[in-house]
Amino acid sequence: MHQAQTNTDIIKKPLPIIYRWLGDKIFLTVVFILGLSIIFLAFSMAWVLYSEGRLAINEFGVIGFLKGSVWDPGVRMVFGALPFIFGTFITSVVALAIAFLPAIAIAVVIAEYAPKWIGNIIENFVHLIAAIPSVVVGIWGIFVFAPWMRETVYMPIFTFTANNYPSLLPVLGNPMGYGMTTATIILALMIIPFTTALTRDAISQVPKEQREAAWALGATKWEVIRMAVLPYARGGILAGAMLSFGRAIGETMAVAMLIGNKNTFPFSILGPAATMPSVIINEFREAVGNLHLSSLMAIGLALFVISLIVNLIAAYITRKLSITGGQVV
Amino acid sequence: MIKPKKTLKQRNIKDRFMVSLLVLSTVVVLVPLLIIIAYVIINGVSALNWEFFTEELGSPSRAMQGRPTGLIHTMIGTAVVDFLALIISIPVGLGAGIMLSEYPDHKLNPYLRIINDTLNGMPAILKGLLAFALIVKPMGTFSGLSGGFALAFVMIPIIARSTESALMSIPWTIREAGLAIGLPRWRVVMSTIVPAAKTGLVTGFLIAFARAAGEAAPLMFTSFGNNYFPRHWTGMIFGPVDTLPQRLYSLAISPYKEWHAMGWAAGIVLLFFVIAIFFTARLLTRKKVY
Amino acid sequence: MFVNSNFKKKKTKLSENGTSQQQSMNMKEKGLYGSSMIRIETKNLYVKYGTTIGVNNVSVPIYNGNVTALVGPSGCGKTTFLRALNRMHDLSRDAVVTGKVLLDDLNIYDPKVNPVSIRRKIGMVFQKPTPFPTMSIFDNVVAGLKLVGIKDKKFLNEVCEKALIQAALFDEVKDRLNNPGGSLSGGQQQRLSIARALAIEPEVLLMDEPTSSLDPKSTLKIEDLMVELKKNYSIVIVTHNLAQAGRISDYSIFMYLGDMIEFGKTKDMFQNPKDKRTEEYLTGKFG
Repeated sequence: MHQAQTNTDIIKKPLPIIYRWLGDKIFLTVVFILGLSIIFLAFSMAWVLYSEGRLAINEFGVIGFLKGSVWDPGVRMVFGALPFIFGTFITSVVALAIAFLPAIAIAVVIAEYAPKWIGNIIENFVHLIAAIPSVVVGIWGIFVFAPWMRETVYMPIFTFTANNYPSLLPVLGNPMGYGMTTATIILALMIIPFTTALTRDAISQVPKEQREAAWALGATKWEVIRMAVLPYARGGILAGAMLSFGRAIGETMAVAMLIGNKNTFPFSILGPAATMPSVIINEFREAVGNLHLSSLMAIGLALFVISLIVNLIAAYITRKLSITGGQVV
Repeated sequence: MIKPKKTLKQRNIKDRFMVSLLVLSTVVVLVPLLIIIAYVIINGVSALNWEFFTEELGSPSRAMQGRPTGLIHTMIGTAVVDFLALIISIPVGLGAGIMLSEYPDHKLNPYLRIINDTLNGMPAILKGLLAFALIVKPMGTFSGLSGGFALAFVMIPIIARSTESALMSIPWTIREAGLAIGLPRWRVVMSTIVPAAKTGLVTGFLIAFARAAGEAAPLMFTSFGNNYFPRHWTGMIFGPVDTLPQRLYSLAISPYKEWHAMGWAAGIVLLFFVIAIFFTARLLTRKKVY
Repeated sequence: MFVNSNFKKKKTKLSENGTSQQQSMNMKEKGLYGSSMIRIETKNLYVKYGTTIGVNNVSVPIYNGNVTALVGPSGCGKTTFLRALNRMHDLSRDAVVTGKVLLDDLNIYDPKVNPVSIRRKIGMVFQKPTPFPTMSIFDNVVAGLKLVGIKDKKFLNEVCEKALIQAALFDEVKDRLNNPGGSLSGGQQQRLSIARALAIEPEVLLMDEPTSSLDPKSTLKIEDLMVELKKNYSIVIVTHNLAQAGRISDYSIFMYLGDMIEFGKTKDMFQNPKDKRTEEYLTGKFG
């Protein structure tokens, strides 16, 4: 009769090979490849945009393409990216300027002033808002916000200017409701939750001791925030602002729905304009000629480079300005 | 004590002033955001009807003539594309996250981390262009599959990062305990660390999913859109397919009034879909914390 | 509690003979500052966190021109007690303070009193050094003055120099006052924190284990500093280190589980503890 295996027998039995060196090797290889595939994605994004946009770059030259202010896919087949780069920068910079202080204000209210439960509600609400799809904001913008702005804000301004300073009308532009100002305001509204969340994170990194030190010096609540909280969190706040700027640059759908989509200079304050993402969305599906398609890819490449720079600056700020020397031990 | 130049009263007034200013700007910003949600709900609910969930869209004339029309094909298409995005992104993101957290000293990781963050910061529209070049072009047709890839490109970096932090929250000692009883590393990770971090992992997937599910930009030139059901179900994967965010955009910019109303209806469905994902994620985290 | 119920008697006794002894001693040692006036007095002070009691009915005087040490095992409420003395508990939402803390006969918990003005009279130094990392050394020292709108550069310079000299830091940093506060070593940072607290010339200085995160050399410097400072300030210090309490304090308060077990002159208490728990703690039986 065959005896039942004893414990010792089981323990002495050699382990299957995947429980020795091979399993770990395979495992590391698998996760290594998966990690590598992310790096591959990032590099292939750059490569794809370059190789697809090469036709346009060769045709107009890098500088020529970036400086070209005419975008004419219909007749002349001339493509210059300047109007879109300009549109993107103006809308994003102004949107960030509008959004920055209110976003910090909300974060400070959540973190410092509001009772805990209200703070939680606001914070959840802000996260929720950040999750609203861009197209949903866009449809509200198209059917509610833009018409409302035209009637209650743009038209009065326009009439006033027309009566008093008619020479300024070209700068002001056509108050049709869909244009640079509308898109910028919506953009600001959309990045506020994002900036708030990042500022909130930065503020929650401020050690309790810093606040207490300021309190102990006889500071009022606002002085504590001004003296201990905001300076300590400044690295995170600035990096957050930079990332929000990156968000604004890449924000596509709501802007495409509201900016009015005008491909050539001159842009005006209220009138239609375009941004890099908006022109890609609007024309890519209908692009006919290879040169047109390639030019849109080249705009994608410019967008890639700008986003890359913005992201790297944010990473640099985080590293450079984050506080490590403040606390010993 | 040194004689102060500003009296306590002055400083208190400034304090009060700043509080009011901060609270005021919070309200001023949050109210319009509430209004957006209110509008979408009101207009969306009034535009919803039974046909919306049973019929396909068809040509504009169908809506203009008052014949039944809806977005059922869009919702099914969204489900297909989102499902594809999930099954593509989760393995890659999870694997990269494991790489980042379980092999902290590996030479690849510093590069992986910064490149992953950069990829995450890239506009979603560029991920659409990438999927267009990598999949649509070789396949020669717009397809649900390419849409799934485009959304997966949005999700992968988010999942990688959230996986890393979920796994890092498991104390290192647990790994050592596993290794000490003679388990190989892969076994420790797969049967102790990953299950222990389960809630955090799923939360990360959901947050990434909520983000991708609302994206229209990457889908515009990948899954492209389709007014009808594909003739065969494989057309959902290998042919152009409709998705909610992209359809919402097309409806909103269309010249037809009837389609605008359907746009609002699509808006409320999309909004609730995203919010549902989002709240599931939040609920999971809450459970983990308390 | 035995001691607490008898405390009133004991306190009067103590201040009777304490005063006479103290005065004669102080006359010799400290001249003008030698009165053992009561600067702060707590009356039936309780601090509660929800249902947990952090400080249980403590009534104790803090004498002017002396160092009073709070000793006891960890978690006994020393720090909680200390933080009640300048209303730091106002900051946490769940701590409730009842009873009185009299600063020169003014109850600082009176609803009419603004905690901000109290904190300017009662300075505090924390366990960890807390320079404001984005400010220069100079700005750190005068931070409390800038708060009240003092901008006169010359005046600020004088105060900064004086405070840094008092904190025995001036010689080490005089050439780099514009460097960030975070660039200093741990011991220097702690002395910077002390200088910052001194710059607003408070009447009382509270120190919460100021040397626990420092090396022995820095500790020694800060101890010397306290002996120097008590000529002008009343100091209350929380310490884990009994030897330190013995070296620098004139009075000691022994706390255990939120109760004040014993209060007295440090020398007396350390040599002849009256309570068994004090004796056990001092002899290292627990703690």
